[in-house]
Amino acid sequence: MEQTLPQPAHVHAPPEGFLWKYVFSLDHKVIGKQYYGLALIAVFTGMILSWLMRFHLVWPNAKIVGLDLISKTGAPGGVITPEYYLSLLTMHGTLMVFFVLTNAPFAGFGNYFLPIQIGAEDMAFPRFNMMSFWTTAAAFLVLVMAFFIPDGPPISGWTAYAPLSAVGKDAGPGLGWGQNLWAISIGLFCIGQLLGSLNFIATTLDLRTKGMTLMRMPICTWAWFITSCIGLLAFAVLLPACLLLILDRMAGTSFFIPSGLVISDRLQNHAGGSPLLWQHLFWFFGHPEVYIAILPAMGIVSHVLVTSMRKPLLSAKVIIYSMISIGFLSYMVWGHHMFVSGMNPFSSLLFSFPTLTITIPATILTLIWLGSLYGANIRITAASLFALGFVSMFVSGGVSGFFLAQPSIDIYLHATYFVVGHFHMVMGVAAIFGILSGTYFWFPKMTGRMMNETLGKLHFWFTFIGTYCIFMPFHYLGLVGNVRRYASFIDDFMPALMPVHRFVTIAALITGAAQFIFLYNLIHSRFYGKPAPENPWDGTSLEWSIPSPPPWNNFGGKHPVVYHDAHQYGVKGEKGDFIMQDSPEIITG
Amino acid sequence: MAATTIVTTAVSQIPAPTRVSDRVEASRSGIWVGIFAIIMSFAALTSALLVRQGSGEWSHIVIPSILYANTATLLLSSFTMEMSRRALARSGGVSGWIGITLLLGLSFVAGQYLAWRHLAAQGLYLATNPNSSFLYVFTGMHALHLLGGIAVLVYLLGRVIGGHTSLRHHLLDNTAVYWHFMGGLWLYLLFVISTRL
Repeated sequence: MEQTLPQPAHVHAPPEGFLWKYVFSLDHKVIGKQYYGLALIAVFTGMILSWLMRFHLVWPNAKIVGLDLISKTGAPGGVITPEYYLSLLTMHGTLMVFFVLTNAPFAGFGNYFLPIQIGAEDMAFPRFNMMSFWTTAAAFLVLVMAFFIPDGPPISGWTAYAPLSAVGKDAGPGLGWGQNLWAISIGLFCIGQLLGSLNFIATTLDLRTKGMTLMRMPICTWAWFITSCIGLLAFAVLLPACLLLILDRMAGTSFFIPSGLVISDRLQNHAGGSPLLWQHLFWFFGHPEVYIAILPAMGIVSHVLVTSMRKPLLSAKVIIYSMISIGFLSYMVWGHHMFVSGMNPFSSLLFSFPTLTITIPATILTLIWLGSLYGANIRITAASLFALGFVSMFVSGGVSGFFLAQPSIDIYLHATYFVVGHFHMVMGVAAIFGILSGTYFWFPKMTGRMMNETLGKLHFWFTFIGTYCIFMPFHYLGLVGNVRRYASFIDDFMPALMPVHRFVTIAALITGAAQFIFLYNLIHSRFYGKPAPENPWDGTSLEWSIPSPPPWNNFGGKHPVVYHDAHQYGVKGEKGDFIMQDSPEIITG
Repeated sequence: MAATTIVTTAVSQIPAPTRVSDRVEASRSGIWVGIFAIIMSFAALTSALLVRQGSGEWSHIVIPSILYANTATLLLSSFTMEMSRRALARSGGVSGWIGITLLLGLSFVAGQYLAWRHLAAQGLYLATNPNSSFLYVFTGMHALHLLGGIAVLVYLLGRVIGGHTSLRHHLLDNTAVYWHFMGGLWLYLLFVISTRL
């Protein structure tokens, strides 16, 4: 049921010419795909960097053919130097956190599906949207440029702790222009995300179609909306932090550099700055960033699960309220990254409470997913498998968070592989599972073709078992005392751990290789996949009420009218056991 | 599986919201959301200032007195901005008021530039000491944001002079909201940089 509007229903004319259609497009769907494409390039780059790191840890003297072509000083003769190892991990973290975990689930899928799911023809500010993507793309190029300059990429890690990140090239390779490029890239990225968040918020608030109340929005729409609110605050803090870092590096100011710092026998010409200030500003962004990565994945997974289970979730409302409280609490916990930074121990205690509190809404979410799954006759598809895998990863990775949230335990575990295992599972891999679930689920809508389910399931099992093989041992390594970020293990107790590391490296190589099954499936299905029907999964939300792929103006110049919430499954409808949101039929049970 | 107990909704009983795809509302929300983000950025910078002042080695600078004159200019421009909105409502003299607002805005930025020159003449550059660093960062960031508002004013003036009768009310309204916010933000920043907190 649709309603023709008296007002012009679209803000921009249909695009003409390749450049305006595919490059500088104002269409939220094209922009969503561009974000996804950028994330895809970033994720494979980041993955190859992790391969190089794992390889070096286990076979430190092995030559990697061709690596010396990228960096003569970083990998002379193809052997990675300890400094270059740090460069690799910095770039791996930066690429993954910013350009993958933020771009794909939030900016990518959010851009594509948020306007459709609320019945709008586009985002509120299409030009901002286009600028947002191209700013992000520029940020990506600036970052990757660091690989190809003589200085090489920075070695200060994705968190760029000052004073190392602030002092310049005296402190090591990559800390000259490499670190400059990093800071400029992240500054640009912040601007892109701020524009994007602003767009998401205004669109959700004001462009909802008739009948689409807030509580009728699908859970993933809610997740994107909450994420954009978090992003708006988080990136608004990281941006000035980057500005101050750039000034410290390029203009000689001393925001983050303390007095009397001697590096390479040279007294630094800076005085009175606070390295801790950078940590505060960074983690005030950094912790919410974790939720910027995971909340959209939670939304996508809820959306996929409810469609696969063919019955409503135990409570969609409680899921939404839990996500809101996670968003709210995410701003009160940044200090838990700084328990050993020299911060007042009372502050640690203060940060520990909200950190433990945030596990409550997270647990509620998990219990709702599990409780809803109980007794459900779930349709097993690649999408639903990855959604289930997400829940598994989120629980397994989340449990270690209880330990880390307590300052007394964190003193021991801080900066060990335990932390690395924790955040890779709960934030990294879990969010990736959300992205993959969303990809298998929405690919038919986005391209008009189905993906190969058999290859998808194969991809799932390799990835699911593989990631457990990689990241579970990390926890044990951390408990033994294996510190992170070391390029080689020469201390007395560490060589004994080498067999575990060897196992992890082999698992990482195999799991990484399995991702090429996905890449093949994605590209092959794009051109040769079975044509997709309008609603292949019997979904209820608005994206399934329009053709696959949707026309440029989504609803053909009209606006749908919404009668139901997005969870009308397990009912007797005209089309089956579900009722579409825009169907005026009456629910009879 | 049992169905949900959601009450049926017939065609005639669609609950709110009834407003459909309201782009004017969206632009209004957009400006407030943007303002919120800017507040957050300056809050972060203020917290940095507090930390820096607390860590010692702080030599407090007396701010150039031209900043007070600039403050008066900016507040006056808020007044003329309101006058241009009124003029649009009674459709007369819009370009004049927008032009005056634009001039006042530009002279504020020029005044800020003079203040920087004044500081430089005293040997106070960006990196000289912590206080001068924050002075330049705060005033610079504010001027940069104000230039955004000035760009929109130039666009608006161009439309009015070009005889476009379809000057959209909401664009001027939103610009006015932003402009007043810039005035308020400046008052706050003036307090922050002139006082030792």
